[in-house]
Order: sequence, then C-alpha cells, then structure tokens
Amino acid sequence: MSVLELANISKHFGAIQAVNDVSFSLEAGEVVGLMGDNGAGKSTLVKMIAGNFHPSHGTMRLDGKDLVLHKPADARQHGIEIVHQDLALCNNLTAAANVYLGRELRRGFGPLRILDYGAMYKRAGQLFAELKSETRPRDLVKQMSGGQRQAVAIARTMLSQAKIVLMDEPTAAISVRQVAEVLNLIRHLRDQGIAVVLISHRMPDVFDVADRVIVMRRGRKVADKKIASSSPEEVTGLITGAIEQVA
Amino acid sequence: MAVTLDQTIAQKQHTFLSRLFANQTFWVVIAVILACLFLSVATDSFATSKNIFNITRNVTFTAIVALGMTFVIITGGIDLSVGSVLCLSSMVLAVTMHAGYSIEVGILASIATALVVGAFNGVLIAYLGFPPFVVTLGMLSVARSLAMVASNNTVVFQFGPDHQKLLALGGGAWVFGIANPVLYMIILALITGFILRWTKFGRHIFAIGGNEHAATLTGVPVKQIKVVVYMISALSAGLAGIIQTGWLGAVTTNLGNGMELQVIAATVIGGANLAGGVGTALGAIVGAALIEVIRNSLGLLGINAFWQGTFIGGAIILAVLFDRVRNFRRSD
Repeated sequence: MSVLELANISKHFGAIQAVNDVSFSLEAGEVVGLMGDNGAGKSTLVKMIAGNFHPSHGTMRLDGKDLVLHKPADARQHGIEIVHQDLALCNNLTAAANVYLGRELRRGFGPLRILDYGAMYKRAGQLFAELKSETRPRDLVKQMSGGQRQAVAIARTMLSQAKIVLMDEPTAAISVRQVAEVLNLIRHLRDQGIAVVLISHRMPDVFDVADRVIVMRRGRKVADKKIASSSPEEVTGLITGAIEQVA
Repeated sequence: MAVTLDQTIAQKQHTFLSRLFANQTFWVVIAVILACLFLSVATDSFATSKNIFNITRNVTFTAIVALGMTFVIITGGIDLSVGSVLCLSSMVLAVTMHAGYSIEVGILASIATALVVGAFNGVLIAYLGFPPFVVTLGMLSVARSLAMVASNNTVVFQFGPDHQKLLALGGGAWVFGIANPVLYMIILALITGFILRWTKFGRHIFAIGGNEHAATLTGVPVKQIKVVVYMISALSAGLAGIIQTGWLGAVTTNLGNGMELQVIAATVIGGANLAGGVGTALGAIVGAALIEVIRNSLGLLGINAFWQGTFIGGAIILAVLFDRVRNFRRSD
C-alpha cells in the first residue's frame, strides 16, 4: 500500500491554475525527484502536502485514510515533515536547540518544568550519528558548514516517526562536497523506510539519489517514471516542453 | 589514532575557560572590578560604606528595568517607553494611595497599568506589524503625558493611610542591612536568568531573535511571545517605579526621564545584541553597574559632570566595538 496517494489534485489562485489534476502515489522507502521549471507548480504541490495550502479539488490519502490538513502543524502530526529551502535554522542556537525548536523536551512536574538539556543533547547526537554526520549537538549553528546545517534541518524531521519528508531544493547553493553529504543524508532517510520527495533543479542529484522522477510543466504532471528507464536528456525535454508527455 | 564518528559528535569544542574569555559580560565584570580597585586606591571617598550604598541603590533601578529590556532586545525589538511607563506606574500608585486606598490596591493598579501599556505596545508590534521603535516612541510620549494628567502635573508626596508601609517597602533594609531595592534586583535577576535559560518560553525568545521566520515555521507562537515580552518590559518598568516611589518618598512627572537610554546602554554594554538573539540577566546588571561606577567615579575624581554623557556614550560604543572585533575575527 502506498504511504501517500494524491488523486486529481488541483489548486487555483483566482484565475491562475497553479496545479491541474495531478495524481501520484508515494511508497515507503522511496525517493522521488520532483522536477520542473520555475512556476511549474512544484512548490504549490508540496505546500499542499505540507498543509500550507488547501487543495481546490481532489483528495489526499495517507496510509489509505483520507487526509485533510488545515495548517502545517496538522501535517507534522501525521508524520509529514518538510525541510525548507532556507532550512529555517536559528544561527544563535545550538544544533540540538534547533533540532528541538518548537518541541523542546522538558522535565519536572506541573507548572515548574525546565528544559531537559541532557536528553536533547543526547538524542540530537544519536540522530547525527544515524545520519553519519560530524555534527556536534552543542555547537552553534552559526559556526557550521552547509552540510552540517542540512544535517540539523534533516535531523529535525527524524524526531518524530516521520513517514514522509519533503525537501525543498536541499542542494541549491552549497559546495560540491556538501552536496554529496546531503545526498547521503537522503539515502539514510530512505533506508529507514521514509518516503522522500526531493524538489530539485539539479539533474545530477536527482539521477544520483532518486528512484523515480516526476516532472511538472505548467501545473500538470507530464511524466512519472523510474529513473532507470529515463535519462537526463528526456527529463530536460519534458521540463522545457520539447517532449510533450510520456506515459 | 582513528577518531570515530561518535567521538567527534560527543566532543565538546569549547572548554569552560575559552567560553569565559569569549564572553563580553565577563570582561565587563573585570572592568567593573578594576575600576572599583582603582577608585578605592585613587580616592578616599569611593570605598566608604555610604558611597557603596549610593552606587548599589542607583544601579538597582536601571538594572531592574534593564532586566525587562533584555527580553525585548533578545527578540530583536526595542522598548523606548520604559522611562515614561516607570513614571506613569509610580504616579498611578501615588495618586491611588493619596486618594486613601491601601498599598495593595495601589500596587495592583500600578502593575495593571504597566501591563496594559505593555500589551498595547506588544499587540501593535506583533499583530499589526508596527516597527517597535515607532510604537514605543509614541508610548514614550503618551505615558508621560498620562502621568501628568493623572497628577495634574503636581508632586505627590503624601500616600494616604499606608504611607509608612510604602516608604518601608522601598527604603527599608529587611535582610542583613541590604537595601530593599538591591534585594528586589537580585530576586528579579534570578527569575530572569531562570526563565531565559531553563524555560521553553526563554528558548523561544532566543529563537525569535535569531530567525523569526524559522521560529514561525517550526511552530513557535511568535506573536503571542512578542506581546508577552513587551508586557514583561513594561512590568519591570512598573516594578522599578513602585520601588523607586517608596525609596524617594515623592513622585514627580519628571521621574525616569531619559532613562530608556541608560537602560538600553546597560543591556548592550552587558553583552546583549541589538540585532537580537543574544543577552543575559547578569549582563543587564553588570552593564548597569559599569555605567554607575563610571558616573560615580567622574564625580569623585573631580571631573566636570558635563563629561558624563561622553564617557557613558563612549562605553556603549566601546562595548559594540568589542563585539564587532570578535565578528571580524570569526569571518576571517
């Protein structure tokens, strides 16, 4: 059974049809590359899954049950996590504090509950170890490399039992070596049975790490195929419109 | 020797000493101590109990308001209305008690006034997106004017049936001969320090100052917290006003005039960053102490009082300079 199923999803803003009748499904432990030119509807689609937008038409099903999201917190509660393009990190806080931002662990009773620094450092350290990232929970994010910052943002999605992780352009604007690091992080998520949606402009990254590629053009899904049976040339053609549509 | 991943992750990069030396508050403490030592040797009148008493008392009012200001500055905001709110709260207390009400009613009315003012500032800033500078600048004018309205611009020095209680509250020394205001300052500093370091609320304040957008995305209730932060700032000004009223035994509409500058200076000298995300309770107090020691020493050393502003302003700029130097070194 698919983790997530989208059926005939559309979204329009006034007269503008941002997403038009898109259907696809997502399996556990699968990495799907979501590609398309600027304005193709990738972001709008992902924002509907993340609970930022409500679809105008169509239904979403999570584990076979109807999924209705009113706000991002709802999505999170259902195990849908998003890594924002700007990572949404606070430079002045430690890695552990960023991982736990908004869901801090506390100990004590009743009204007098204090932050549980020890537990947060420990769990954050475990998550970084799982991600095979050399990131120290006590270090300030300010002093970290791009790859480490990604690790912090991704560790955040692993706090709860996430089923789906949506990643918005995680490899834009970082160095080559750090891109490799991030792709490894994505593989680790996949190995834990998490479904990953990777929004990217970078063809090599998608072909390196994804199992499947979905191409959007002008609000429509124009391709949905296994990476193994596609090629960068074909995907480029689909993105630009040189190739109209493939099955 | 091979270093495993787990060891790297568990490694603490900073020792206690390296953290201490990188801490602006630490250096301000050293500056205060050195200044005190120098003044004790250089003048006969500095290390007298009377002068020390004077300094500690003067520090407390600035320091208490600076504690509240620290919350606001950590979120990246600013509150220019504290001096006027202090005056308004004092005046509400004075007028209420003068009209024959008990000290409890007076204090309650005074604190309620401060909280309403703070909530007004906070709602405009958080929910309507006003720049903090503009809202609190307006409030600076409004609150002082309301104080004048409340008192008809007179000096209030008779506080009704609980007159003596109020004077004892502000002017007494209930524990080990420590002046009461100093005691209140220490208690409030401990509470502030606790909130900032150990509560979820405190953590979220730092998050907002570091990256407000990120805080919103991760589900931090940014708007509510901002309102509370301005209420805390106004509350601290109100409390300082109550204590100062008891200490002085009279309230004029001039009380707390220009205090906002001193308070902001104290927090910044103590290590808070006006851009947000950094600040401590200890820093606020130490900053207030340094300003007061500078001021006091100028008088004792026989330097013309007109120079005060130059020295205090210089200290502010110097404090920010240290911060810049550290940042330059980091970006190299």
